[in-house]
Amino acid sequence: MTDHELMWRIAGGSGDGIASTSQNFAKALMRAGLHVFTHRHYPSRIRGGHTYTEVRADTEPVRSRGDGFNCLLALGDSFARNPKEGAYYGDEEVKPLSENLDELNEGGVIVYDTGLLDADDIPDFEERAEENDWHVYPINLREIAREHGREVMRNTAGVGATAALLGIDLAYFEELMAESMPEDILEPNKEILHYTHDMVKEEFEFTHDLRVPEGSHDEEQVLLSGSDTIAYGAIDEGCRFIAGYPMTPWTEVFTIMSQALPQLGGISEQVEDEIAAAALALGASHAGVKSMSGSSGGGFALMSEPLGLAEMSETPVVLVEAMRAGPSMGLPTKPEQADLEHVLYTSQGDSNRVVLAPGTVAEAYEQSRLAFQLAYGYNIPAILLYDQKIGGELMNVPASHFDREPNPDLGAVTTEEELEDAPHGPGGKFHRYRYDAEDGVSPRAIPGQKGGHFLVTGNEHNPAGHIDEDPTNRVTQVERRASKLDAIREFLDDKSTQTYMGPDEAQYGLITFGSQQGTVAEAVDRLNDAGHSVKGIGVSDMMPYPVEEMTEFLESVDEALVVEMNSSGQFRGLTQKELGRFGDKLSSLLKYNGEPFEPAEIVTGFEASIEGQDVPDQQTTYVPAAGD
Amino acid sequence: MSAFSAIGEDREIDREEFTPTLEPQATWCPGCGDFGVLKALKQAMPEIGRNPDEVLLVTGIGCSGKLNSYFECYGYHSIHGRSLPIARAAKLANPELEVIAAGGDGDGYGIGGNHFMHTARENHDMTYIVFDNEIFGLTKGQTSPTSPKGHKSKTQPHGSAKDPIRPLSLALTSGASYVARTAAVNPNQAKEILVEAMQHDGFAHIDFLTQCPTWNKDARQYVPYIDVNESDDYDFDPTNKDEAAAMATEAEQSLYEGEVLTGRFYVDSDRLSYSEEKQAIGEMPEEPLAERYFDEDYEWERAHDMFLDRHK
Ligand SMILES: Cc1ncc(C[n+]2csc(CCOP(=O)(O)OP(=O)(O)O)c2C)c(N)n1
Ligand code: SF4
Repeated sequence: MTDHELMWRIAGGSGDGIASTSQNFAKALMRAGLHVFTHRHYPSRIRGGHTYTEVRADTEPVRSRGDGFNCLLALGDSFARNPKEGAYYGDEEVKPLSENLDELNEGGVIVYDTGLLDADDIPDFEERAEENDWHVYPINLREIAREHGREVMRNTAGVGATAALLGIDLAYFEELMAESMPEDILEPNKEILHYTHDMVKEEFEFTHDLRVPEGSHDEEQVLLSGSDTIAYGAIDEGCRFIAGYPMTPWTEVFTIMSQALPQLGGISEQVEDEIAAAALALGASHAGVKSMSGSSGGGFALMSEPLGLAEMSETPVVLVEAMRAGPSMGLPTKPEQADLEHVLYTSQGDSNRVVLAPGTVAEAYEQSRLAFQLAYGYNIPAILLYDQKIGGELMNVPASHFDREPNPDLGAVTTEEELEDAPHGPGGKFHRYRYDAEDGVSPRAIPGQKGGHFLVTGNEHNPAGHIDEDPTNRVTQVERRASKLDAIREFLDDKSTQTYMGPDEAQYGLITFGSQQGTVAEAVDRLNDAGHSVKGIGVSDMMPYPVEEMTEFLESVDEALVVEMNSSGQFRGLTQKELGRFGDKLSSLLKYNGEPFEPAEIVTGFEASIEGQDVPDQQTTYVPAAGD
Repeated sequence: MSAFSAIGEDREIDREEFTPTLEPQATWCPGCGDFGVLKALKQAMPEIGRNPDEVLLVTGIGCSGKLNSYFECYGYHSIHGRSLPIARAAKLANPELEVIAAGGDGDGYGIGGNHFMHTARENHDMTYIVFDNEIFGLTKGQTSPTSPKGHKSKTQPHGSAKDPIRPLSLALTSGASYVARTAAVNPNQAKEILVEAMQHDGFAHIDFLTQCPTWNKDARQYVPYIDVNESDDYDFDPTNKDEAAAMATEAEQSLYEGEVLTGRFYVDSDRLSYSEEKQAIGEMPEEPLAERYFDEDYEWERAHDMFLDRHK
């Protein structure tokens, strides 16, 4: 974090172009040589309602949302301002301005659209502005847009205005607009951009300090979301079949894949429900195609039975689970990390599955690839567990990060030549589920291969796949399937996919999983800067759990704080269960209000935890260590 | 050379190839109608000229789902009601496979009803056999979606208040391009219909009347039955959807009045199968996708080259 760090927030109603404008803004800053990170907040409705996107940008790498923000562009909520007859939009007219003030930092900059927003409707606006040293620039963006183009172009006017105030070169925006807009809307947009920019420079005296410096990157960057990187990881790993049913926020991965796969000669299927979706993925995989499906909480619940079938039949498949706040429909557009236990243990019987939880947008690419490697290498279902935050946030990543060889390898399958010598039963069935398989992995045959036919069943079965309830067979097969997890653990230990933060030696530890990793990393740095001795670990392997690595980490610290976005401390519970001890060392910092952590909340939470105090911020909860 | 050399192999196929030489544990009751389906299916295979290694039989759960234990081929005994989504994806992945899905009336019209409608609508090129014994067999005799109204069972002690499902009409209105009903008591007609269904290029639904002597003691053996395509009493054109619908409705109604009408009710040979539709709009490759994983010369695309520009 440097002094020039920009935390720009664009607010308005859903449907007002907040997402696309902020995406272009972030890209412009990335092209200007800065590191960027976006944070989205939107309600579960299509039009209107309070929504914002934050773009944090700095000359140094940015790993998280910031603490509050320092520049607000408040566009009016067009739907609240022009209600359709009979539609009720509540008292939302001033929300793009009023709702954001609580988090605006001291000395912050405000640009708002006087064409749609009236600051007089906020009773104490002026006093608060004065108290907090906010620099307010009221501009009639709506009128400018109307005069030079169309009203919907208000966002372009807003960008022109903040660019002037922050000192960003307009060329970056023009370039982006030229790349995405047809001629007839490009011209008026350009005019609006320049007009507003110049007007703001002429008419206002700038009282604020915030300016954006030019940065530079050593190498070419790309701006991607976690949904993008999950899809690209799957593509590079040779996944060419996807089946799904829309559900926020999994829909993003589904959409990206559905658009990409036909171009790659692959197949995407939107089907009748999630049970069907997972079953299709199994069917395609069984027939010899790398395939995936996925959903979010409720939809994933429906996949429980096909998931169990994949385990029992050892049909490889990758399922992605995009968490949102639950239970049931919960907060459809808000992040939470409370489906961990659901994903670990759903479906009947003992669980033999892989569960990976990427910690960043960039990591989601590797883990998506890894999920396929493990699924197909070991004939086991692999679940990629992420949340609405990672799925939707944008981050710059070096383009070279994705410059990797494709890996279409189908994993543990046989060739027809191998089938000739492979053991078969007296009826001619290939012994698909043989007892003596190395690492528990018995290679499979693909329908259509000569001499390969066998029977798949969700019932317990013998080597040929016939239903078999013999107790010895049962024990042998259960143990063989479970042994695959040990082999996978060994494979993962060599890769060490956990992310370490801070110094090697430290007195305290911060532990997290999934999407909070970047925020914890920033908190670790801040705590060390403030004189604490702290290191952190972002865990990505949920099953099989990295027992050795975590034991080592926990033995090396006096106490550790587990940071996660749920109310019951599911990851802390998993850690205690897997390690069988350390209960007296582990305390929890939890947040479950629908918003991800800000770094400062973790800093405060940590300080409170080592001093044994309550966390002051009511949005986060501290749960002390319990002992084993 | 194809990685799937069993497919399209040119040789005489013997029906006994489809019989497991080592008998699995017998799980069907003596006198069960399911044996009739098994027999007809084995007889049909040599006629369509497919060998066990190129056939994928996906079954659901129920007595009927155990067909796979008695039939030698690539088998997938899956979960209750889900044979269709598994089967249709396998067909998309490798359209050259002979894909058959099978299950009971509970499996197909109850728990899997949604999939039935959608698979028919999409017109996947496959054969779907529903063992219709008007009862839940494996779970010991509960009322099924095709049990007649008033049917008494331990879970419906006062008699079912529901009208039964009309499978033929449902298949027809959902979009199946081949709809037939046959009965286990006549493996010859059943065999002919199975051959036609497998040769049909689209979704072929067969409501296969079977008897469950164990739990449905008062159920008819579905004899004598009438073949509507042979009988002079029934004059309709199975390629005409309206006439087919009227005939199907009549057959469904009269079944519960004691008259068993069987035969082909609807045949649409012109409609494109789902794979063909998808290929026509550029959403599916011409070559079987599954082949690609065995093709060492195939150049696999990379996200880096194809999609990263748009993120710069
Ligand atoms: C999700 C689920 N629910 C219930 C069952 C229990 N079950 C097994 S078979 C069956 C019904 C079988 O009836 P039907 O499909 O008509 O086949 P039949 O046994 O008569 O051939 C049921 C309810 C199950 N296996 N899975
Ligand atoms: S219970 Fe009925 S359907 Fe099942 S095997 Fe016995 S006779 Fe056949």
